[in-house]
Amino acid sequence: MDDFASLVAGFQVALSWHNVGFMAVGVILGIVVGVLPGLGGPNGVAILLPLTFGMDPTSAIILLSSIYWGALFGGAITSILFNIPGEAWSVATTFDGYPMAVQGKAAEALTAAFTASFIGALSGVVLITFVAPLVAQFALRFGPAEFFAVFLLTFCSFIGMGRENRAKIIASLCIGFLLAAVGLDSISGDLRMTFGSTELMRGFDFLIVVIGLFGVSEILLTVEEGLVFKGKQAKIDLMVVLRTWAGLPRYWATLLRSAVVGMWMGVTPGGAIAASFMGYGLAKRFSKRGKNFGKGEIEGVLAPETAAHAAGTSALLPMLALGIPGSATAAVLLGGLLVWGLQPGPMLFVEQKDFVWGLIASMYLGNLAGLIIVLATVPLFAAIMRIPFSFVAPVILIVCAIGAYTISNSIFDIWLMLVFGVVGYVFKKLDYPLAPMILALVLGDRAEDAFRQALLGSGGSLGVFWANGLVATLVVLALLLLCWGPAGDAIAALRGRRRTDPETAEATR
Amino acid sequence: MKQQWLAATAILAAGIGQAAAWEPTKPIEIVVPFSAGGASDQMARTIQGIIQKHQFTTQPIIVVNKPAAGGAEGMLDIQKSAGDAHKLITTSSGIFMTPMATKLALNWTDYTPVAMLAQDSFLLWVNAKSPYKSAGDLMTAAKSANPAMKIGGTSSKREDNLLVFAMEKQGGAKFAYIPYTSGGQASTQLSGGHVEANTNNPAEDLANWRGGATRPLCVFAEQKMAYTEKVADGQSWADIPTCASQGLNVSYQMLRGMFMPGKVGKEQQAFYVDLFKKVSETPEWKEYLARNALVPDYRDGEAFVSFLKADEQKHEKLMTEAGFMAK
Repeated sequence: MDDFASLVAGFQVALSWHNVGFMAVGVILGIVVGVLPGLGGPNGVAILLPLTFGMDPTSAIILLSSIYWGALFGGAITSILFNIPGEAWSVATTFDGYPMAVQGKAAEALTAAFTASFIGALSGVVLITFVAPLVAQFALRFGPAEFFAVFLLTFCSFIGMGRENRAKIIASLCIGFLLAAVGLDSISGDLRMTFGSTELMRGFDFLIVVIGLFGVSEILLTVEEGLVFKGKQAKIDLMVVLRTWAGLPRYWATLLRSAVVGMWMGVTPGGAIAASFMGYGLAKRFSKRGKNFGKGEIEGVLAPETAAHAAGTSALLPMLALGIPGSATAAVLLGGLLVWGLQPGPMLFVEQKDFVWGLIASMYLGNLAGLIIVLATVPLFAAIMRIPFSFVAPVILIVCAIGAYTISNSIFDIWLMLVFGVVGYVFKKLDYPLAPMILALVLGDRAEDAFRQALLGSGGSLGVFWANGLVATLVVLALLLLCWGPAGDAIAALRGRRRTDPETAEATR
Repeated sequence: MKQQWLAATAILAAGIGQAAAWEPTKPIEIVVPFSAGGASDQMARTIQGIIQKHQFTTQPIIVVNKPAAGGAEGMLDIQKSAGDAHKLITTSSGIFMTPMATKLALNWTDYTPVAMLAQDSFLLWVNAKSPYKSAGDLMTAAKSANPAMKIGGTSSKREDNLLVFAMEKQGGAKFAYIPYTSGGQASTQLSGGHVEANTNNPAEDLANWRGGATRPLCVFAEQKMAYTEKVADGQSWADIPTCASQGLNVSYQMLRGMFMPGKVGKEQQAFYVDLFKKVSETPEWKEYLARNALVPDYRDGEAFVSFLKADEQKHEKLMTEAGFMAK
């Protein structure tokens, strides 16, 4: 209960007038930063970091973490409205969010996404509040082999749970791995597949690929269809929020599952992206309406958003407790802590109680403030969908190009974005899934590093992936998930032969 | 009358002369060839804070991270910005090692050296629960270990990798070097017991030392460190013995400095030399050095250039011996 008293004291710190003011300013700035692709949370925090050096560390971290919350909320807006994810963990939100927006249900999708983010983040904060030291200890058990097993689990769940043609999922995954391998190989220190080009040396930035594959290709497809505006004129008012909320309790199982997956993946550093994909994949498999996923199912928005934010928030825990940043933004915040003279690590909770509990209290309040602010803007953003697409398309394209350019101030990246736009268009026409490619691009090199680090340590023996209970459980779980889908299909096919049920036949293809 | 005129002209000329001393006219960009949160990034952001707090310039300072390809992205950016006097780059030994390991057409002589700010030490760290009391214990255990003893470090063919190679050569043992993406990660992996040791800088393992998860065995230097304030376990940095005194005769330090792009004017260079001289004399800078246990070693002008030349030769020899040079 000592912790509880500290938390109450933390609330008193966070609830002072100027801190509440910083919170509101931070959230609004964060939303703006999150809506513009390419700018993203880490950059927003990095730009504002110097301004906070003169401030008291607690106020400074409240301002900066509010930007982080705002950016997380803002990222969902472009994913849903324009099919352009602002951050890696919003990719899965586009799968059902964008189809919903196209069907004129943008307001419902936005409300669902924001609410799910809030629920996810809240579960993460509760985790931090009550079991911080315990969880921090758990994270220490993750060596290279365990990390690889987590990534393997993500890839396997994607193949096993996917409902598209499995060969196509694997093909798409392999292209992603290939792209991820370009650039400096951190294990050998050599450049790979750069063909002497200094531009390729940077490797393929995930955001450029995503902006091209999702944003640009979507524009190409729409243009092909003759610039017809697909959205229906939905009546949009704040009541939509309440109506959507009324429908949410039905999906408690999905929300709970995603929150648990998210928290679990979040404390194993680098898990937010994997969490969003796993949350989506699991919901797709276990939901009664799983067949409609990808066509605009509200559960398909709730699942990845909850998981990503539960993970994103829990990711701050290893940063505070161990000094390992779980995400890029957390890394910038970490830099900030050091500049303010605070040393992250096990001693932070003991030596800087005010700061830590002030931050934790601000996580509760910042998320609440964020939710209220973004929900108020739902009608405004949803109204964008009413503007004829022929007006919106050029603006989106320009924003995409600016986003791609900003990442490393390179014109080459704009060309790359356009190339990936065409690639995405071809993929969609040939019915290849894009998500596995993105997943492999984002996690591929990390998985490779972990795999090779594990083998370096074991002297080349694969037994290291079986060496202790934790890693063995993860690997078994991964293989189970991998076989689940094909096995299920085989059973369905057998039954189908007996009954020739047209629907199962269609699903197994 | 005529003399008065002369005097007046002289004063005027002096006035003009002073006005002609170069001043930045737009925001100054500090390129950090490593990712946000790392040691170079912290140094750049500390400097940024100091300059702004003391108002050493009228122009704002911006820190930009260009970490791709082991820092080559940032170095190429400075290479391309020849003549731009509003750009700086933080440098470490990477300025020699990245071109050597990748064969990229980069060379520090294409840049303008401004100032060396400090040197960073390397220590041999083990898990707090580890049985090893000295570098000697560790080396003895490593000789009979099968599979090879694991040592963690940051990236491949860089400082930590060189140190581990030197340890192998000196101590006649074979290690499995595991490259991680940052010193922080190497420290966490050590506290989780996934490697037996690491060769982190003081700042990279400080948090875990204070938290009772890791402890230093020795410092890879000819002399002990200078900071006598107690840090953890009732020990100060100065209490840590040198590795040589424990029978492991390896010493290595890394420069931390600032460069400008090539082809900038003398007065422009002089402006920044003066700026960093001022920075290095502030109490905040001294506090930063002490917190990260850096060796204060300010050099500019000829002293810096001759240091760089000697350091480059040293690295070329080390990299060649270790077989890290790109073919």
